[in-house]
Amino acid sequence: MGLEEALPSGVLLTTVEKFAGYARKGSLWPATFGLACCAIEMMAAGGPRFDIARYGMEVFRASPRQADLMIVAGRVSQKMAPVLRQIYDQMPNPKWVISMGVCASSGGMFNNYAIVQGVDHVVPVDIYLPGCPPRPEMLFDAILKLHDKIQDTKIGAHRRDEVVELEAAALMAPTTLELKGLMR
Amino acid sequence: MSDPSVPVVPQGVEELDIIGVRNGAFGAVDGGDTSGFGGLVDPIVLPAPAQRPFGGWFDEVSDELELALQAHGLPVTEAIEKVVIHRDEITYHVRREHLVAFTTLLRDEPGLRFEMCLGVNGVHYPGEEGRELHAVYHFLSITHNRRVRVEVSMPDGDAVIPSIVAVYPTCDWHERETWDFFGIVFEGHPALTRIMMPDDWPGHPQRKDYPLGGIPVEFNGGTIPPPDQRRSYN
Amino acid sequence: MSTDNVTFTSAESSDSYAGSYDTTEGRVYSVSGGDWDTISGAPEGEQDRIVVNMGPQHPSTHGVLRLILEIDGETVTEARAGIGYLHTGIEKNMEFRSWVQGVTFVTRMDYLTPMFNETAYCLAIEKALDVTDQIPERASVIRVMMMELNRISSHLVALATGGMELGALTAMEFGFRERELVLDIFEMVSGLRMNSAYVRPGGVAQDLPADGEQKIRDTIPLLRKRLKDTADLLVDNAIWMGRTVDVGYLDLAGCMALGITGPVLRATGLPHDLRKTQPYCGYENYEFDVITKTSADVYGRFLIRIEEMEQSLRIVEQALDKLVPGPVMIEDKKIAWPAQLSIGSDGQGNSPEHIKEIMSESMEALIHHFKLVTEGFRVPAGQIYSAVESPKGELGCHIVSSGGTRPYRVHFRDPSFTNLQSVAVMSEGSMISDVIAAVASIDPVMGGVDR
Repeated sequence: MGLEEALPSGVLLTTVEKFAGYARKGSLWPATFGLACCAIEMMAAGGPRFDIARYGMEVFRASPRQADLMIVAGRVSQKMAPVLRQIYDQMPNPKWVISMGVCASSGGMFNNYAIVQGVDHVVPVDIYLPGCPPRPEMLFDAILKLHDKIQDTKIGAHRRDEVVELEAAALMAPTTLELKGLMR
Repeated sequence: MSDPSVPVVPQGVEELDIIGVRNGAFGAVDGGDTSGFGGLVDPIVLPAPAQRPFGGWFDEVSDELELALQAHGLPVTEAIEKVVIHRDEITYHVRREHLVAFTTLLRDEPGLRFEMCLGVNGVHYPGEEGRELHAVYHFLSITHNRRVRVEVSMPDGDAVIPSIVAVYPTCDWHERETWDFFGIVFEGHPALTRIMMPDDWPGHPQRKDYPLGGIPVEFNGGTIPPPDQRRSYN
Repeated sequence: MSTDNVTFTSAESSDSYAGSYDTTEGRVYSVSGGDWDTISGAPEGEQDRIVVNMGPQHPSTHGVLRLILEIDGETVTEARAGIGYLHTGIEKNMEFRSWVQGVTFVTRMDYLTPMFNETAYCLAIEKALDVTDQIPERASVIRVMMMELNRISSHLVALATGGMELGALTAMEFGFRERELVLDIFEMVSGLRMNSAYVRPGGVAQDLPADGEQKIRDTIPLLRKRLKDTADLLVDNAIWMGRTVDVGYLDLAGCMALGITGPVLRATGLPHDLRKTQPYCGYENYEFDVITKTSADVYGRFLIRIEEMEQSLRIVEQALDKLVPGPVMIEDKKIAWPAQLSIGSDGQGNSPEHIKEIMSESMEALIHHFKLVTEGFRVPAGQIYSAVESPKGELGCHIVSSGGTRPYRVHFRDPSFTNLQSVAVMSEGSMISDVIAAVASIDPVMGGVDR
């Protein structure tokens, strides 16, 4: 890794984190992974009315090797899942995944043999965006939340500590079935 | 008393195309039923075969077909099992041995000229013994502006019918799709492989004995079963 | 070429970047981006066949289409299309949902033409129910209007993505900007921009809003002007013509053999349009032309799409004039979808008037609402095939009913599925870039192809 990984934790690392987060979110390049109807709304988000270029993201890189963000837009069939994983593996770190639409997040209305019930079975997802299809404005909301997430990403020693904390919390968390309260 | 599971056929109706029996108006068998609808036994009857005269241009086309079949030395009653007319649409049920000859006549005879085949797809009737799998072809005649349906039946264990790709090349992918989803083997097809499912997928998904394959949906404190396992109306 | 009979012998090389193995057709070298010079064992040279996989994830293959091209230099010697990467099992899923719920599934097949999918399905159901002549006229007029607006939006995406795939990126921006005008109308009428489940068996889900007609009237001249601007980008453009004239040639015999319908067939000169030959929804009362060209190439199909958009605008104007106040759902309460929606403080939901009617005013309305939503209506047993002229070609819906509340089998004859078979015929012998142009001219929508 770079110099920033070797920095000791402290104020200096925090400043580097802020700067790196700002740089990374400033021009996050998406990889084209438009599959179905959500892809059309993603293309509309790239169109002139909902301009995605104001976030620096209008360059949808065809090659995953040049992309930071994979927006899985649309239903992922069983045949497509290995392709999805391969594209994800071809992306260099740091990379993020937005699963756009309910079909990518959870299988959506297609609870059957042909559709993977959520791409988090295949790739790790950072932001889940519901909608069928989500409006381009909703996609921007997801992207902005991802920008916040990227801005707050920790580096180096801070990251190592964070990972340990998150893992401990996840091991203690109750399963969905054990949660109480509203059904959603 | 007569067996309640065998539907009573009124006198005078010879051939009823019964593909199954519907037991009860509600899908659920648990819980009380004070209405009595839960005990209904209803045969599922498809439209009966039609008798001559059919009406409209159906007679003209059927006459042409019979003449053409005779001219080519094919036995008419053997080739055409029955003719069903429902909602102004005519369906010829053809025996599989004569399918290629029949469709060639549909394409070539001047009075028929069904130039365009709109593809083949399958239907699975598990309740119809000996004729479980049907392959359904639709044809359009641009010259005469008519539509016709051809249906071929075959038993489950012997699901082989001749391919009509040589007559209508458009059926190439359609036949592959029907093989993929129903397991109907089209003999003479240049490359009968899976087209929609991955190449090594086991089973034929659109058959009635293949499960829908959904998973229960989790909510906080409960799950909802997939659509094929829920209580539902029949 | 087939790699079905692949046998790995002990002479297999284990280089992870440029491995090779023996097959019954000779030695196959698979190269995936490593160093070309690490291919061990020089190929003999007589029979170099290079197979290029334009995989399912590709910016230019119009969706998740896999093109397997065997090339000799820049010329394509064999082309195969691999599909099924978007197979959703919609047809099987519909067997477990009621007839009206099927509309929401069907609408997502060819996701660029949701109104056509829904209308083909609803026409088939109405034919099975034998209520085709009881559909109110206002409902038919609205259906025609929505379908023609959908035709415009679909052709705009065809132009936009076709242009983008061939490198004309401005066409993409223009096309999507124009499309927003149409999507605004869809949102105003049905609540959703795409996939709106608006056309239901018996009519349409709800009426146009009070100012809807005027808003559509105001949009048409703007759309007409913008469409001309978009067309001017590419029509008579020397570079565009250089890439599309005499590319992807498919003559009438080829079209008929392959069962091609739609703009590809009309580019060969045959004026076959189901709206004229087998009209539905009252199309016989509208005046419009069937656009044909005789060049049978990509440029001809592109021109047809542009002119068809203008014809669609004509039909929309005539439909607006035909709108008379009336019901939009069939009168038969055993089939008519009961609910009306309106926008409240927490979003779109059942309108307060409808709730008042079923809760306080009419017991029958409550019962009908309950039974129709939970059980649905029953369709008499039999099979029906109903076809509409979608922007891609003939969209046919074959339904088999067993007399129940759910379809026994639904199959869609999707035009893109059949039209895509012609990729091989159109592109073998041409260059790789012509393959892209040919696929763009067929305008396949993989949701419809794979269903």
